[in-house]
Amino acid sequence: MWDNLQILGVAPIFNVQLILNGVTVAAVFCLVAYGLALVWGVTSVKNLSQGDLVMMGGYGAWELARHGVHPILALIPVSAIMFAFGWIIYKLIIRRVIQLDLFTSLLATFGLAITIQQSLNLAFGPDVRTVESGFGQIKLFGGMIEITQIKVIAFGLCVLLAIAMVLFLKKSRMGQAIRATAQDPRAARVLGVDTDLVYAMTFSINAAICGAAGVLIAMIWVIQPFYGIAYSVRAFVIVTAAGLGNLPGVIVTALGLGVLEQYSGFVIGAQFQQATIVGLLLAILIWRQMTLLRQRKSLQ
Amino acid sequence: MSLRLGLTPRTLAGHLLLLAAGIAAPFLFPGHTIQFAVFWVFVLFALTWDIMGGQMGYNSLGNILFFGLGMYVCAVAQIAIVYDVAQYTAANGAIRVDFSRNEYFQGLALGVVLSALIPVVVAAVLSWILFGLRGPYYAIGTLGVAIAAAELTNSWNYVGGGMGIAMPVFPGGPGMRERFFYAACMVATVLCYLFLRWLYRTRFSLAINAIRDDEDKAEALGLHTARYKMVAWCVSAFFLGIAGALFGNMTGFIEPMETAFPTLTFGIFMVAMTLLGGKGTLWGPVIGSTLFYALREVTWTYLLGWQYIALGVLIIVNVVYFQQGIVGWLRQRRPQWFAAPIEASKDETLGADGKA
Repeated sequence: MWDNLQILGVAPIFNVQLILNGVTVAAVFCLVAYGLALVWGVTSVKNLSQGDLVMMGGYGAWELARHGVHPILALIPVSAIMFAFGWIIYKLIIRRVIQLDLFTSLLATFGLAITIQQSLNLAFGPDVRTVESGFGQIKLFGGMIEITQIKVIAFGLCVLLAIAMVLFLKKSRMGQAIRATAQDPRAARVLGVDTDLVYAMTFSINAAICGAAGVLIAMIWVIQPFYGIAYSVRAFVIVTAAGLGNLPGVIVTALGLGVLEQYSGFVIGAQFQQATIVGLLLAILIWRQMTLLRQRKSLQ
Repeated sequence: MSLRLGLTPRTLAGHLLLLAAGIAAPFLFPGHTIQFAVFWVFVLFALTWDIMGGQMGYNSLGNILFFGLGMYVCAVAQIAIVYDVAQYTAANGAIRVDFSRNEYFQGLALGVVLSALIPVVVAAVLSWILFGLRGPYYAIGTLGVAIAAAELTNSWNYVGGGMGIAMPVFPGGPGMRERFFYAACMVATVLCYLFLRWLYRTRFSLAINAIRDDEDKAEALGLHTARYKMVAWCVSAFFLGIAGALFGNMTGFIEPMETAFPTLTFGIFMVAMTLLGGKGTLWGPVIGSTLFYALREVTWTYLLGWQYIALGVLIIVNVVYFQQGIVGWLRQRRPQWFAAPIEASKDETLGADGKA
């Protein structure tokens, strides 16, 4: 552990490598966390199946790649399929738990998470997979640092998707309806917004975002049926730390978390990565709780 | 005694009948003793989950933490009184120390006591951290703790890491081991049931129900909510720790992911069984776990890999379409069967179930 720390001190260039790796992967988590925050804010459903929707997207890309579709092109069909899937899930499950208490929605989506991950396990097997995108490496600082081209491309795609999302929410009619519903569903209904449609759209858009994120994850990292829950927890860490409806906060936290994770993986060891995230989640929850306690409020 | 437990002659007869059936089961079906023992553990799972999830409205997804903790504490205690733990675990079961009868039972007794007490201490400490969280934050926080515990144990070599620990061999004849642990599991669960039956008739249950209905109001009315929440979780941890110790010895081999901290199987079964039976009632968890376990034993092997999908679907259907559970449903359809609560239910209709 101390040896690895010393390496970072002796060769500062490794820091750049870790930060680059962290930022590119974190950009994808940014998308996932943003989708979670969107659904959370609009429907108040806390979606524990977020990470499993990502895995579905990843396996969609993997399946299409086997049939010769390049993973970047797979973004469009996978997002479309996931949008439809999100719609079905909304009609079957989410619509019925919105009105109920919060734990019900959490447990229902947890059941969904189990169903998805086990179905993926049955369909694709428990192997860890990655989708080859066929891009090379970029060498920086005279070969001291290597980064795959696909990571840079994925980062760019993430930024594009995020900008498209923000524009959609700001400019389009539907986006305005979604924001209005998030602020006050009752007032929105009085003013003629079909809130049921808004909820359905929100959840489906989130599923599509997750699908796209899954395609990117499959290219720059690994997918495995049971990794979904870890991704969900990560998205929760980001959203909880940043606070709802705080897009800049989500971006900063996601990037910070990605970099921190790379450091902890390098310094402490990769087997503690999950525990680090959870420890961080607890630390954030406690810290937020302490700040709220001063005003006699609680996190709920 | 029977007054304190609220047993009328009729219900007492019913309880004794069930107890007799429990005692007779391993003699009637000697081939399935272990399955019956696991059944008792499942009932205990549901009962302990309901203290928090049903009666207090704090839905923990990580109660399995105490089960695994109890299992490991007991294993370490049992080994430590005769042998060096690090050496024993490093050998991966190659060293099989012959525990004499005395050593084994002394170790087990010590292990069970410690595996009840240490989880209680951990629950008390964790409650100080986690009970500031409410609703979904609490659920996710506890889930996180359980996952982290599994990972940390998995990479901690002193307790065998991912390779697990081969438990000391039970001294005694072939059929004795099963019967011994069956009896132990049954006693633990029956004691848990009786304790909860008594507990739910004291002021304590009024307090935790008040926390479920409206925590802020309960606090404003002078209830020391933090203390009640801590005690409730400690009760859960106490019985789960004992169950873990017994279960670990019964299976004979323990490892972190599948046996000790199975967040996605046992940890979720607890919730599913309680919801199926009807949460917030004493008999709901018992009925739910009986039905769930019977279904699981009958269908599990025939589902050929689909069993966890079925579990996920069961949870969704249960939560979305059948929220009140079996006992809750009966209470709506046949209120006369629950004669005592009818008068109380006049006051309870407004908000007792958190809705209205």
